[in-house]
Amino acid sequence: MSPYSPVRMLSNLGFGTRSQLAELGHAARLMSRLLALTGPALARFGLVRDQIFFLGNYSLAIITVSGLFVGFVLGLQGYYTLQRYGSSEALGLLVALSLVRELGPVVTALLFAGRAGTSLTAEIGLMKAGEQLSAMEMMAVDPVRRILAPRFWGGVIAMPLLAAVFSAVGIIGGWVVGVVMIGVDAGSFWSQMQAGVDVWRDVGNGVVKSFVFGVTVTFVALHQGFEAQPTPEGVSRATTRTVVVASLAVLGLDFLLTAWMFSL
Amino acid sequence: MQRSKNDVWVGLFVLIGGAAMLFLALKSANLLTLSFDTSYRITAKFDNIGGLKPRAAVKSAGVVVGRVENITFDDKSYQASVHLAMESRYAFPKDSSLKILTSGLLGEQYIGVEAGGDEKNLAAGDVIKQTQSAVVLESLISQFLYSKAADSSSGSGAAPPSGTPEKK
Repeated sequence: MSPYSPVRMLSNLGFGTRSQLAELGHAARLMSRLLALTGPALARFGLVRDQIFFLGNYSLAIITVSGLFVGFVLGLQGYYTLQRYGSSEALGLLVALSLVRELGPVVTALLFAGRAGTSLTAEIGLMKAGEQLSAMEMMAVDPVRRILAPRFWGGVIAMPLLAAVFSAVGIIGGWVVGVVMIGVDAGSFWSQMQAGVDVWRDVGNGVVKSFVFGVTVTFVALHQGFEAQPTPEGVSRATTRTVVVASLAVLGLDFLLTAWMFSL
Repeated sequence: MQRSKNDVWVGLFVLIGGAAMLFLALKSANLLTLSFDTSYRITAKFDNIGGLKPRAAVKSAGVVVGRVENITFDDKSYQASVHLAMESRYAFPKDSSLKILTSGLLGEQYIGVEAGGDEKNLAAGDVIKQTQSAVVLESLISQFLYSKAADSSSGSGAAPPSGTPEKK
């Protein structure tokens, strides 16, 4: 039968749909197991702490530097647009709102997927390729409980903290460019920001967003690693898919969350 | 639980993250001036609220004395009823009047309170009917054009009272 015959194409379509559905179901089962293991994972906090150290502390440098430069650029671009309308005093408000509501959580999640998500996937994929996970199962140690759950909670705890650092450093970056270098009035920079940014509606929703993104990115990374083909090629493919799937999921979820949170 | 040197660094990381959140809450969003004071709700009826939004400020003499809580439409009087949360520490006479004003030329709209002379003060649940609607630019321009047209058609130097469109 030729590969382009209608029957073959139909069967390929059916196979593709079925395997996608099976992957979705497997992901949902892994998620429910991770959530069910919340208590045991947090009870052995030493494991989670080591993961926070690995995922959070090592990401701090890239997050701080990126936040600073994003803040610089926001200050420059925002000033350029605002001074056309004679309202350059609103620069602080513009920088703070765009960072706290959107850029902080989203850019942090994208960087986190690249910096921490890939290493999680590669680590777990290699453990699988080296049959360490099977060995643990042989010793009646649940790999989901011992390996995946601490990493999951480590990522989920680290991500909102990183996003907060990103936003705070970005605001300082905007202040450096706007107030120190360009000379926008410092008083109106801060007072406009404080008048326009709401603690719960803007900052609080930003924290909720970064928490959701933390769950998304960490879970995608763990799932891709856990599902990787146990070969060098399979691990490399899984690592690539982590970045692609996590980035797309973050951007899509961001639209949904923004539409839901700020729909006033 | 065994201690490790990671403890210190993770603690430092959590501390930095907490400090960043505190910075966002205090410096950029001004949590401290968020009033946890009690407030009393009053309602004001406006013919036209223009671009007034919930959470807009209520100011008297330029000082914020309350916030707009929500805005609904009253289909009995065909007016907008604006619910205001006024801070309890500020009291206003019962016959105070409200105006919708704009800060700056293109700024956001807020409600200005002008105190009246009544001896009794506003209490929770009161309805203020003495209001002045938002200035709608279109009606302002059309008023101006009508008065211009009336001016030139009557031919006399005496301008008719503005805002009363005369038929030619």
